Amino acid sequence: MGMHGAIARLPDGQLDPLRDAYRAAVAARRRRTLVGSAILLAAVLVAGGVAEIDLRRVAENIHRLPDYVARIFTLDDGRPVWRDPAEWMWGVGYWTRLLGETVLIAYLGTATGAVLGFFLCFFASANLAPGGWTRVASRRCLEFCRTVPELVFALLFVQAFGLGPLPGVLAISIHTAGALGKLFAEVVENIDMRPVEGAKSCGASWSQAIRYAVMPQVASNLASYALLRFEINVRGAAVMGFVGAGGIGQDLIEAIRKFYYPDVSAMLVLIILCVTAIDLATERLRHRLLGWEHPR
Amino acid sequence: MTNRSPHADDLDPVTARTRFPRSFPSPLQSHGAAMAIFLSLSGVLAWGYSIVGVSPMRFLEGIGKLGSIALLMLPPDTGGWAKFLTYLYALAETVAIALLGTLAAAIVAFPVALLASRNVLANRVVHFASRRILDCVRGVDELIWALVWINVVGLGPFAGVLAIATANAGIFGKLFSEAIEASGRGPVEGVLSTGGNDGHAVRYGLLPQVVPVLLSQVLYYFESNTRSATIIGIVGAGGIGLHISEQIRMLEYQHVSAIILMILVAVALIDRLSSGLRLAIVGTRAAGRA
Repeated sequence: MGMHGAIARLPDGQLDPLRDAYRAAVAARRRRTLVGSAILLAAVLVAGGVAEIDLRRVAENIHRLPDYVARIFTLDDGRPVWRDPAEWMWGVGYWTRLLGETVLIAYLGTATGAVLGFFLCFFASANLAPGGWTRVASRRCLEFCRTVPELVFALLFVQAFGLGPLPGVLAISIHTAGALGKLFAEVVENIDMRPVEGAKSCGASWSQAIRYAVMPQVASNLASYALLRFEINVRGAAVMGFVGAGGIGQDLIEAIRKFYYPDVSAMLVLIILCVTAIDLATERLRHRLLGWEHPR
Repeated sequence: MTNRSPHADDLDPVTARTRFPRSFPSPLQSHGAAMAIFLSLSGVLAWGYSIVGVSPMRFLEGIGKLGSIALLMLPPDTGGWAKFLTYLYALAETVAIALLGTLAAAIVAFPVALLASRNVLANRVVHFASRRILDCVRGVDELIWALVWINVVGLGPFAGVLAIATANAGIFGKLFSEAIEASGRGPVEGVLSTGGNDGHAVRYGLLPQVVPVLLSQVLYYFESNTRSATIIGIVGAGGIGLHISEQIRMLEYQHVSAIILMILVAVALIDRLSSGLRLAIVGTRAAGRA
């Protein structure tokens, strides 16, 4: 076979088994994809039946979404809201105060939850847990705290503590403790154990080893996770008022239910502005925190 | 060990401190900033709790009430099969809402992400604008979206599906375009060099790289949406949330604990199913590619 010859080919006797094997592999993959798609399709059909999906109803009503959006950006006298911002934002002082309460609920919930999660994470981590059963118990506890939705805790706490921001704070605390405790435990499990052994070999107790050998390795990471959680909790605190647990949610749900259209858009705009501002601020802080850990 | 001071062994801490003061900074010097941040955070915490109106009395009273509620919850009981089946059906509705909402969000987000990430330079303005719109969509909680959709399609699980879909479309749009931008150019160029057109390049060069990643992200969000869908019924958008808020308001605590238990079991099952599927998808496809 020279340069001008055809591309080198295996004789058919050798090629056929390879070709068959290729076809079989492709066919097997195709079959798997087909079976998977069929199962998914069946699941979607069942789910569509259970969730009462009616595509005709969608087609008939979809025009109401743009109508609704247009309606909430229209003042009661028919002018668009941007023509008279003072009229639109008539309650800006009151809403800002409620938004402040919302952020405060998120802050208190995050801080309290982070402290709880911090104390639990050392018991739940595989490398530092003082005993097998404490590890299992604290893991189950964290799992429970993060699986039960915040609003369910809030509903229960409203009955125990009465209406107001306190049940909201407690509900967010519990949920945050569960979510952060798990993340914290994962961070702690990934540390370098040599400093811990060093501290212990010098006679440090368990808590001293954590303070001087573990904390310097994990502090900035934990703080970064807590900040990320704070962002999430601001969003969560905005709806705590739906069940009477404080913040701007109470007034928002009332405005939506009673069709105070321009108020709905005003509050939504304020919430989005607040959430975006907090996102940007915490993002910067987190980058600086992680920068401390890996100085360039 | 060779350049160790001969006196190191008999250097007690007190003389060491006087001889090498710079090696023993005061806590204020070494941790001043951290302590200041910690103190101010704790100060805000204390001030915040006083604003929220917590007093030791009120707190203890609430804890006491909470304890009696917890006692009333035992043992979990739905009070008969009929109720149990109602709750089971509502739970199925919850999972259905999560499944359809997640899928709809993925189907909407995929083409948008594909376009947004393929010609990043040509559409810089569009890219920026769409990012900001996605941010706004993500800034609004699912429950608020549910309320908005209830006004459009009425009460019921369908509003819940649309709420989950809206909130997740924003997230998926961002995640998908990041995954697509992170994929390698090699396979795409390989397909183009053998005479394939742009469609072929996407189908045979791009999709095999990104589909496993996207599928595993979608599955992860299916898990998380199952949790969100459990509460979406509180505002009337279908699922188990309606029952749980109703039973809490009617002080039927045994029902409440039974429902919570059912949610825990369902979420655990979905988690296990989805992590198994994730492993199967990412594992086999990755092995096939290597």
